Amino acid sequence: MAKKNKPRRFYDYSLLFSVIFLTAFGLVMIYSSSSYMAQLKYQNASYFMMRQLMISSAGLAMAIVISKLDYHWYAKFALFAYLLSYVLMIAVSLIGKEVNGKKRWLGVGPLSFQPTEFVKIALIVMLAAVIVQMGSRINSWRNMIAVMVLATPIAGIVAANNLSSGIIIMGIAFVMLFVACRRKWPFYLCGVLGLGVVATAGPLAIALERIGLLKAYQLNRIHVWLDPEAYPMDGGYQVLQGLYAIGSGGLVGKGLGESIQKMGFVPEAQNDMIFSIICEELGLFGAVSVILIFLFMIYRFMLIANNAPDLFGALLVVGVMAHIAIQVILNIAVVTNTIPNTGITLPFISYGGTSVLFLMLEIGMVLSVSNQIKLEK
Amino acid sequence: MSSNQTHHRERIAVLFFLLCICVAGLMGRLVYLMLYRSEHYSQMAEDLHERERTIKAARGRILDARGTVIATNRTVCTVSVIYNQVRDREEVIETLCRELSMEEAAVRKKVEKRSSREIIRTNVDKEIGDRIRGYHLAGVKVDDDYKRYYPYDSLASRVLGFTGGDNQGIVGLEVKYESYLKGMNGKILTMTDAAGVEIGNTFEDRIEPVPGNDLQISLDVNIQQYVEQAALETMERKGAKRVSVIVMNPKNGEIMAMANVPEFNLNDPFTLNVEEPAGTTASQRQELLNQMWRNPSINDTYEPGSTFKIITAAAGLEAGVVGLEDRFSCPGFRIVEDRKIRCHKVGGHGAETFLQGTMNSCNPVFIDVGQRLGIDAYYRYFEQFGLKEKTGIDLPGEAGTIMHKKENMGLVELATVSFGQSFQITPIQLITTAASIVNGGYRIIPHFGVKVMNADKTAVHRFSYPVKKRIVSEETSATMRYILEQVVAEGGGKKAALPGYRIGGKTATSEKLPRSLKRYISSFLGFAPADDPQVIALITIDEPQGVYYGGTIAAPVIADIFKNILPYLGIEQSAE
Repeated sequence: MAKKNKPRRFYDYSLLFSVIFLTAFGLVMIYSSSSYMAQLKYQNASYFMMRQLMISSAGLAMAIVISKLDYHWYAKFALFAYLLSYVLMIAVSLIGKEVNGKKRWLGVGPLSFQPTEFVKIALIVMLAAVIVQMGSRINSWRNMIAVMVLATPIAGIVAANNLSSGIIIMGIAFVMLFVACRRKWPFYLCGVLGLGVVATAGPLAIALERIGLLKAYQLNRIHVWLDPEAYPMDGGYQVLQGLYAIGSGGLVGKGLGESIQKMGFVPEAQNDMIFSIICEELGLFGAVSVILIFLFMIYRFMLIANNAPDLFGALLVVGVMAHIAIQVILNIAVVTNTIPNTGITLPFISYGGTSVLFLMLEIGMVLSVSNQIKLEK
Repeated sequence: MSSNQTHHRERIAVLFFLLCICVAGLMGRLVYLMLYRSEHYSQMAEDLHERERTIKAARGRILDARGTVIATNRTVCTVSVIYNQVRDREEVIETLCRELSMEEAAVRKKVEKRSSREIIRTNVDKEIGDRIRGYHLAGVKVDDDYKRYYPYDSLASRVLGFTGGDNQGIVGLEVKYESYLKGMNGKILTMTDAAGVEIGNTFEDRIEPVPGNDLQISLDVNIQQYVEQAALETMERKGAKRVSVIVMNPKNGEIMAMANVPEFNLNDPFTLNVEEPAGTTASQRQELLNQMWRNPSINDTYEPGSTFKIITAAAGLEAGVVGLEDRFSCPGFRIVEDRKIRCHKVGGHGAETFLQGTMNSCNPVFIDVGQRLGIDAYYRYFEQFGLKEKTGIDLPGEAGTIMHKKENMGLVELATVSFGQSFQITPIQLITTAASIVNGGYRIIPHFGVKVMNADKTAVHRFSYPVKKRIVSEETSATMRYILEQVVAEGGGKKAALPGYRIGGKTATSEKLPRSLKRYISSFLGFAPADDPQVIALITIDEPQGVYYGGTIAAPVIADIFKNILPYLGIEQSAE
């Protein structure tokens, strides 16, 4: 369009730097929380940190490359990626590597990754493309349902062996649809219903178990959530250890590197439960700071989405925003035992190669959208 | 499109607002957890992290009369394996097998056992422990520990006793004085990780251990060594099963030496001191070990034989039924009721005074003294002398006297008891009673323990052994000293005579039961100086081969011992 005299383009350095900051902070916390056990297990205190550093660096480089591409270009791959995610999810449930009794890893030689992370990004692109295609027809019930129908089967497959990822995927679709549609009340209704379920979880779970909708182990999880100290050994162990860590942090924490809970008490402290170690070492002050940085990041997403040159760009950003916001909120909610325990990583900070790689790609997409914003003179 | 955009903006703003609410809620939750519940969770976490570890207290030493250390501690190591921390199991198994010279199967079983900590071996030499430490094997722990160490190996082994795996006394003085010796273990409170590994540089609460008190005993290493040597030499020369010697101070009951050869190595108490017979079962072997650890001077009784005539004589003199010059006649036997009881001299000693009868160790004389006393009086003296009770020596397992019940005692029994047969007492009982008769007539308590003191000697506790009631008069005691001196000077104890010293004593040759086997215990009880006894000694030779008369084989050993220890104890030769 405007090729004659190149307009000045926006590039969201604030977002980029907050991502870099969070990633670097994550590396410090991964080192702090994993060095003791890594030394014992691998004789290399920086084992986890170095792996994460390599993948984050590669991810960041890829993000910067993607951010320089026009995001409309990969809309062409939306359908392909969407179908590919089915293929991958079916493949993983057939030939996936089993870790801790769950098939979540797809391996090729020494490389392995979790296809669920790919599913999230594929779905964001797919839904954005579909919604844009629909235009204003999205507001009809039929099309709203059609969009949910696109998301539900893949979320179902994911949820089959990774419930939390399934929830996140549904959440992303839900949020994108919420932004795209004019009709609001069904979403608020869903929200109110959701809160109601959480508030009455105990009695509700017992009732559901009675009528056979909930399995015994799931009911047990609810009980553990409501009173973790009553189940210190089975079920409640991880949550309780996390609470010990958070509680021993106090206002300013024990100081970086001083956590004791990371010494094997909190299982795999560098993963899902890393936020509890942050609380223990850096206290309420550190924990709130981290949350505020995430909030700032979400704020930047909002700005980019609001100023995106078109709906496709805006929806892409909203999808990424939904993804990261849901993961941050759910992760902290799990660690603080606000909701029942389920495995969700803290974006950019938790250890996990696939997760950080695809998060970086998503950031690349968002930056790419930001880069298409033309600055007025 | 633009209206669409406006709607989207509005909804994105709503979304952001909702997210802010969620985040604010989570922050509130964090404030609650980290400020209001902080104390609760910190306390629970601390309980989880803290571990109590004991620091072993050093066991008190045992010192001899002159302060020489005869039982002390040596640093040894305990090697253990922590399952969760072992990385290369094969390497650990291989190294431990090699260094500890253990069977592979036994080590493997322990290394592969899922437990928080499995002890592979205790009491490992420090040198080996340090070497294992040097390999830096993950999961292998080498901890310093104390092990009892006896610098003189077998010295007074059956008296001192030894300690078990937890350094607790098992036999002998070690168990008798356990409460003084053991000390109090200390504690370290440390922070540990989930696998129970202590974390360095964390707060540590330490309660120092209190080492055990040192025990000083009356045993004198020099005397003990000499006595053991003499006993061993006698045992070998006479092909005896066992030789026991007790050397005691008759005035206060302090035991200067108690040898029971063969002794055993206290630093290796589970190895037999005799050749192990082929085909010994585990329980037989344990029985042999128990025998080895016994202190026969205290735990075993025997028929004292003629040495017991000291008691009969003292009782007779005390009751006034006999005097030194009373005349007796010995035809070689005495008939009591329907029994003919022989004298050891078949032809008889003929006419003799009481003094001569004692010097000859003539059985009919003592039968007569016994009969003159009668059952009631004899039994009363037996009890008065303390023979029915235990001596109260500070060693475990003292055997009691095996004596006829008074109502079962007839004149025949009285006759045999009078010259030391048909009942049994321990050697310690015999020497204690004899000492009490010659020391002026008061009953003493034989003992080893003198005092206990803490390591820096700031607190000392002396044991007191109250002198018990008088058992014979001063006069009877003096007469007994005179009689027994004559026994050595001119009677059956001649071979115990030592030029320059006045020695008193009495020999004995007891037949072991059943008498048909013709096995003997030869013994001699001697004291010096005869006019003011400062040392009393008893030797018992169990089953000597060849000549078995106490006067011939036992008396010279005591003379030899006296010859060496009297000058050592500063007892001057008398002018006579």
